[in-house]
Amino acid sequence: MSIRIERERCVGCGACVEACPGNLIKFDPDGRAFIRRPEDCWGCASCMKECRSEAIFYYLGADVGGRGALMQVKRDGAISRWIIRGYDGATFTIVVDRKQANKY
Amino acid sequence: MNDIVANCVSHNTDVLIIGGGAAGCYAAITAARLDPSLRITILEKANIRRSGCLAAGVNALNAYITEDYSPEEYLEYVRWDAEKIIRDDLVLSMCKRFNRVVDDLEKMGLVILKDENGKYVCRGKRNLKINGENIKPILSRETRRYANIEVFNHVNVTDIVVVGDRATGVVGFSVDCNASYIVSARAIIVSCGGAAGLYRPNNPGFSRHKMWYCPFNVGSGYAMGIRIGAEMTSLEMRFVAQRCKDTIAPTGTLALGVGAKEINALGEAYGKKYGANTSSRAYGATKESSDGRGPCYLKTVGVTREQEEDLWRAYLNMAPAQTLKWIESGESPSRFNVQIQGTEPYIVGGHTGSGYWVDACRRTTIKGLYAAGDVVGGAPKKFVTGAMAEGGIAAETIVQDLKQTKRTSLSETTSVALEKVKDYERRLTPRKDQVFTTDELEEGMQKIMDEYAGGIGAAYRYNSQQLGLARKEIARLQKVLLFQHASDMDELLRVYELKDRLTVCQSLIAHMQDRHETRWPGFGVNTEYPESDENWEFFVNSRVVNSEIEIIHRPLNKGETFYEHTN
Ligand SMILES: Cc1cc2nc3c(=O)[nH]c(=O)nc-3n(C[C@H](O)[C@H](O)[C@H](O)COP(=O)(O)OP(=O)(O)OC[C@H]3O[C@@H](n4cnc5c(N)ncnc54)[C@H](O)[C@@H]3O)c2cc1C
Ligand code: SF4
Ligand code: SF4
Repeated sequence: MSIRIERERCVGCGACVEACPGNLIKFDPDGRAFIRRPEDCWGCASCMKECRSEAIFYYLGADVGGRGALMQVKRDGAISRWIIRGYDGATFTIVVDRKQANKY
Repeated sequence: MNDIVANCVSHNTDVLIIGGGAAGCYAAITAARLDPSLRITILEKANIRRSGCLAAGVNALNAYITEDYSPEEYLEYVRWDAEKIIRDDLVLSMCKRFNRVVDDLEKMGLVILKDENGKYVCRGKRNLKINGENIKPILSRETRRYANIEVFNHVNVTDIVVVGDRATGVVGFSVDCNASYIVSARAIIVSCGGAAGLYRPNNPGFSRHKMWYCPFNVGSGYAMGIRIGAEMTSLEMRFVAQRCKDTIAPTGTLALGVGAKEINALGEAYGKKYGANTSSRAYGATKESSDGRGPCYLKTVGVTREQEEDLWRAYLNMAPAQTLKWIESGESPSRFNVQIQGTEPYIVGGHTGSGYWVDACRRTTIKGLYAAGDVVGGAPKKFVTGAMAEGGIAAETIVQDLKQTKRTSLSETTSVALEKVKDYERRLTPRKDQVFTTDELEEGMQKIMDEYAGGIGAAYRYNSQQLGLARKEIARLQKVLLFQHASDMDELLRVYELKDRLTVCQSLIAHMQDRHETRWPGFGVNTEYPESDENWEFFVNSRVVNSEIEIIHRPLNKGETFYEHTN
């Protein structure tokens, strides 16, 4: 269970560093974010939700059923678009309106 | 050389809150509203924006008094669920505030589902449907509205300072840079949440932190109190959650939301065989599996496509790994039942009853120290609204108590605290001959607890001989840890986290050794006393006196009788 930060997309704003409840994300000497211990990630997705550069991707470890898919979230106002890119390249999008309560 | 002693920030405040989670943030807000002249300081090891249990969001408000029910009904529900070991005064005072807290949350901006008449829509008897993805940013934003609340983020508190018989301050260090903090206060609230990571987890490898409870709540709140002799209750009432396999995502959304029943590998619904409370349900899944009828599932096959899509969204708002798993594997809930498993045991006073022994006003047994949230015992089933309610109660008590409290001398607090800062310095001094990494020691602890103190590997079973071994082996690690060094602040955090976990383990083992019965079979089976025994209808409490754990038995209080500390 962990996240991956795409270096090229990171603008070094620090939002993910602030968001992580486990203090896992740090800056490298170039001022870009990296996760210090991927195996310590709780999978809460806080960092991804705070990143405005869409640089953070989420994946399931192979030990919990992962197949190499990467998930990312794009936020536009109250709308969150969760995009899952499978290992075969196929993408799947789930749209969540954060103004709507959960049905369940 | 490091300069953590030179870089020591000294600070002074009225109300100090350790841990800015649900309870801590709400305590700060309540105190700030009651008395704008008070200086309120939160010390938080992460950043209050998304720290603690609420990081991923919550699925529902699990504790609310709906129109046809009453606080008294909630009390009886908690009594039934906890097999009688509860403090009526604590549960009642908390649930009388649930609805006020909910009104407040809505005003702060939480989305709560309402019907066409403007009434909240309930899930089951006591839950409200919400969009809780951003509940923590909402709470932290509210703290910023009050000029008298200040927040120190990224400060890990390690110890509470006691001068005479009173808690007068705390000491901690920055997790980012070489700096220490000594903060003295007229009143202190501990609200650091419960303890995860004592036991070998469900996924011990790469995904070791893919657990239910927040892995960054390591039991520091309990450990700080245990070390200064605060009384603890019911640590033996561990919490084993029933969760979705691998992702360890909550199951309530499936069980309550779409009515999914528990079934075994043969497709039989086994729920009725074991009983319906939390412990019995956890026991059911364990027993079915150990009897060869595992794995167990929640029967979701047959939900409609529309329901399935709502489930995807609901899980994205609290446990995104589960939605990813459904999509990635193609095994969506309408076509595949969801496999469930029991988690490793956690110590968490918001679900079961473990934690500080407090009076009705949330004063601990140490003067000047108050507690709220998952760190408080005797009041299970708090959930987010109950944790906040307790933060509110503690804050109100403090505002009253401070009218009679003078400030204790800063210099005395500082001199006690400086000893701890020197310990940080000692540990940060490089050492070439260190054999173990702190991670290795942590793994050692989890293995001991798993095998000898009723973890997953032991099917949650234990006996006195095993617990004796656990005690001895944990003591071995405590000795090794005394000399553990850290190469940087991140490592230092790990050393102190492990220290706290080991402290909690020792007290937990003592509690498990003491209770000669099996009251909550889903949370643990004492194989020498495998039945529940009515002669054990009392609290098992403990406190450390002269470095020894002393066990105290305290009677249950019934009805509105308020418990006050008498010693
Ligand atoms: C995964 C999950 C899902 C949940 N879902 C729901 C739900 O849907 N509905 C519901 O009603 N309840 C839910 N709960 C329960 C609810 O989240 C908790 O009961 C509540 O957050 C407890 O509040 P707390 O303040 O005691 O702990 P937390 O909110 O966890 O706060 C503890 C704080 O203390 C900080 N801290 C810890 N140690 C230190 C230290 N040494 N120094 C400084 N700071 C420290 C932590 O970083 C954290 O910010 C859920 C819990 C979990 C774990
Ligand atoms: S998913 Fe959560 S725990 Fe993992 S790195 Fe991001 S913020 Fe930290
Ligand atoms: S939030 Fe995104 S852009 Fe900002 S530092 Fe983190 S990864 Fe980089």
